[in-house]
Amino acid sequence: MIRDITIGQYYPAKSILHRLDPRVKLVSTLLYLVSLFLFKSIPGYIVATLFLAVVIRLSKVPFSYIVKGLKPVIMLLMITVIFNLFLTRDGEVLFHAWIFTITEGGLQTAVYMAVRLIYLIIGSSLMTFTTTPNELTDGIEKLLHPLNKIHVPVHEVAMIMSIALRFIPILLEETDKIMKAQIARGADLENGNIIQRAKNMIPILVPLFVSAFRRANDLAMAMEARCYRGGDGRTKMKPLHYEKRDRIAYVVVIVYVIAVFVIGRYVPLHVWVF
Amino acid sequence: MCGIYQNGIAHFFYLKDRQSISLSGFLEETIAAKMGIALAKKEMITYNRKRVNVKAGWRRLFMGMVQTERLVYEYEKRDEEGNVIGMSRAIDGVDIDVKEGQFIAILGHNGSGKSTLAKHMNAILVPTEGTMWVDGKDTKDPENLWEVRQSAGMVFQNPDNQIIGTVVEEDVGFGPENLGVPTDEIWSRVEESLKAVGMIEYRHHSPNKLSGGQKQRVAIAGVVAMEPKCIVLDEPTAMLDPVGRKEVLKTVQKLREKKHVTVILITHYMEEVVDADQVYVMDHGHVVMKGSPREVFAQVDKLKEYRLDVPQVTVLSDLLRKKGLEIPAGILKKEELVDAICRLN
Amino acid sequence: MSIKLEHLNYVYSQGTAYEKHALKDICLEIPHGEFVGLIGHTGSGKSTLIQHLNGLVKATSGALYYEGRNIYEEGYPMRELRNQVGLVFQYPEHQLFEVDVMTDVCFGPKNQGLSPEECKARALEALKLVGLKEKYYKASPFELSGGQKRRVAIAGVLAMRPKVLVLDEPTAGLDPKGRDDILDQIAYLHKQSDLTVILVSHSMEDIARYADRIIVMNKGQVQYNGKPVEVFAHYKELEKIGLAAPQVTYIMHDLKEQGLDVKTNITTIEEAAEEIMHALEKRK
Repeated sequence: MIRDITIGQYYPAKSILHRLDPRVKLVSTLLYLVSLFLFKSIPGYIVATLFLAVVIRLSKVPFSYIVKGLKPVIMLLMITVIFNLFLTRDGEVLFHAWIFTITEGGLQTAVYMAVRLIYLIIGSSLMTFTTTPNELTDGIEKLLHPLNKIHVPVHEVAMIMSIALRFIPILLEETDKIMKAQIARGADLENGNIIQRAKNMIPILVPLFVSAFRRANDLAMAMEARCYRGGDGRTKMKPLHYEKRDRIAYVVVIVYVIAVFVIGRYVPLHVWVF
Repeated sequence: MCGIYQNGIAHFFYLKDRQSISLSGFLEETIAAKMGIALAKKEMITYNRKRVNVKAGWRRLFMGMVQTERLVYEYEKRDEEGNVIGMSRAIDGVDIDVKEGQFIAILGHNGSGKSTLAKHMNAILVPTEGTMWVDGKDTKDPENLWEVRQSAGMVFQNPDNQIIGTVVEEDVGFGPENLGVPTDEIWSRVEESLKAVGMIEYRHHSPNKLSGGQKQRVAIAGVVAMEPKCIVLDEPTAMLDPVGRKEVLKTVQKLREKKHVTVILITHYMEEVVDADQVYVMDHGHVVMKGSPREVFAQVDKLKEYRLDVPQVTVLSDLLRKKGLEIPAGILKKEELVDAICRLN
Repeated sequence: MSIKLEHLNYVYSQGTAYEKHALKDICLEIPHGEFVGLIGHTGSGKSTLIQHLNGLVKATSGALYYEGRNIYEEGYPMRELRNQVGLVFQYPEHQLFEVDVMTDVCFGPKNQGLSPEECKARALEALKLVGLKEKYYKASPFELSGGQKRRVAIAGVLAMRPKVLVLDEPTAGLDPKGRDDILDQIAYLHKQSDLTVILVSHSMEDIARYADRIIVMNKGQVQYNGKPVEVFAHYKELEKIGLAAPQVTYIMHDLKEQGLDVKTNITTIEEAAEEIMHALEKRK
């Protein structure tokens, strides 16, 4: 069911990762994503995998929950894999039929790409699993604060993001309900060609938009009623201060990035395989 | 000598009008009032290193928590192309007067204007004509906007659409954050408010996983944390099941007892208002009935005419009265009816 | 014999941490033409149960027979079932999407493959049945009041001419007048067109007034299943599961306790008034 989508949903637990400063998690996630593209060898993958495994372990988020979050992006993954598989022409031909050719290089790129994408998604969703949207928003707001000087509305953008995250599950549930209601009225959402299917989505999209606007209106009113007037003069319930653990985390992540870079580039495979 | 005398008068009115007194507020205002006489025409003075509004101080001595005078709210009616085709009056000459510490109920069917009136108490809407004062402040004056919103907190109908935070405690902290309350105090306020509504054990939960009644309690805590003098609840139970409704009403009741906060409850369920000090019934933008619950409930036929949900016990008592039994009018609780019937013999 | 459920079970998110046994061994029979009230507090499984009736949710185990045929058997015409069992969701006005009321109500019949003329005829009939004034037929559904929108949404399901009409809290959020109007209309439909009605509600007072039979759900199981007076006799147990009998039932019990010779199996105000008058006269 649609509400089973767990990607990006905060998972409450008491772990060291949950306690870290959101800025650390944001910067680290960014660094981890970049690190995935710094190497192109099996030792590099091993280091990246180990690091991810340790972080997952520390996060206390059940592995099955993380895997469930991957489900909605499977299609995207498949497409990338297929493109890489058939379009890369490099090395020995492993398989050939009609216009389809799979080469050794293609297979390698496809697998690497799939692993990278999966790590990328797990890495970034680990951040959202362990950080409440409010913390995330605070983190972004504080990180991007210097941009305020060039008149970028940092606080507003951060607030919009946090509200979006709060309403995603609500709107998903609503979508589920509207879909059921239209199916009950005989709507056919499964058959037909692409255009037909897109057309069949109208009975779902229109009510969904109407409801989203209604909610936005209500929420704006509720926020104003609670004296919201933008970022000026606002205090924080959970102000951000770096603590010892945050500094340690930064060091760990930087060490990891250097390690993955060095090992991934300069350590040949046989050193690891013996 | 003269000063003491004035002080005495102010004191007298103050005690007469209010059921609870905040001493520092009282002193400030009384002194402000005194200085107001001395400074006859000055509106703002500096007292205790604060800017004090003398007029508001005076008004507050004699005025209730929420008061309106010939309140009118008009909105534009538009045709399909969006052209204005006329004006429609959602509120038409309403006078209400709510004293501090009171529990007031406003009843009316959908479209009777009761929610529009509620939105005025929070300056979400401002009157087209007439005036509304909240805690002595004119809601029309843009300078008063944030003070008014802090004085009169508001709880809305849809529990999902008023929770901003993704964790219960963060949502409760949203209001105090906006007010610029220091961090330590936000935490103590959040804790206290969540305790007051009985939701402290859910402080780390996501609001999405709560029941409707629990969500509304969180919303109430969010308002309580702003320390308003008055809480306006705009149909807080309309979207809840009976269990949730009971939860919310019990919470409101508890708040009244513990915090002595003024409560204005807007609803169409009559059984929710039996404990109110005063009931207003609205229809077509007018206040059509006003009085104690007993006085109002005694007029069953009229209530039905205004499309209200009269409790079964009240309808039954009315029916029995019409059949010739000697039962007093305006029965609110089933025990009263049982008593009245048993006494017949 | 119209709908029959045999040992129906439904488990949410099976095999995950969020696994929940939402329906447990449900056995029910709903004969043709009955007006059934389905009660239970939030999370009791009643909404899940009704979504089984037109095959929107598939049971984890057990069987559901519609007119003698198990809907879970291979090749069962699910679309046909959805035409026969109309389901009106909670806050159904949220599903309206067309430019005007008429077109929206036509959506169901159009999906059934009927001709435009036939669709329109059906829509007209349905709109008349729900008592919406003709001047609104060409209006945008979003301009109507809450109660009117809800009528349009119900008409949207009625236009498919179902034999069974299932309504999930059709009165939620309406004021008393709007509520009575909708319920009276449903009762009228039930009498008029030989419709089986399954009404889900929180309000005991409403159910007591209209239903021939009450099914009480609790924690995914059927707790009571019988005539209103039979079910409300368990008023003390009902309270334990977050429900209550109508207020008059309590009054009658209290009067009896005080020594007045009244029947306690009473669920409506009119019955109560009569019974009290009767008992008082007997006394004289």
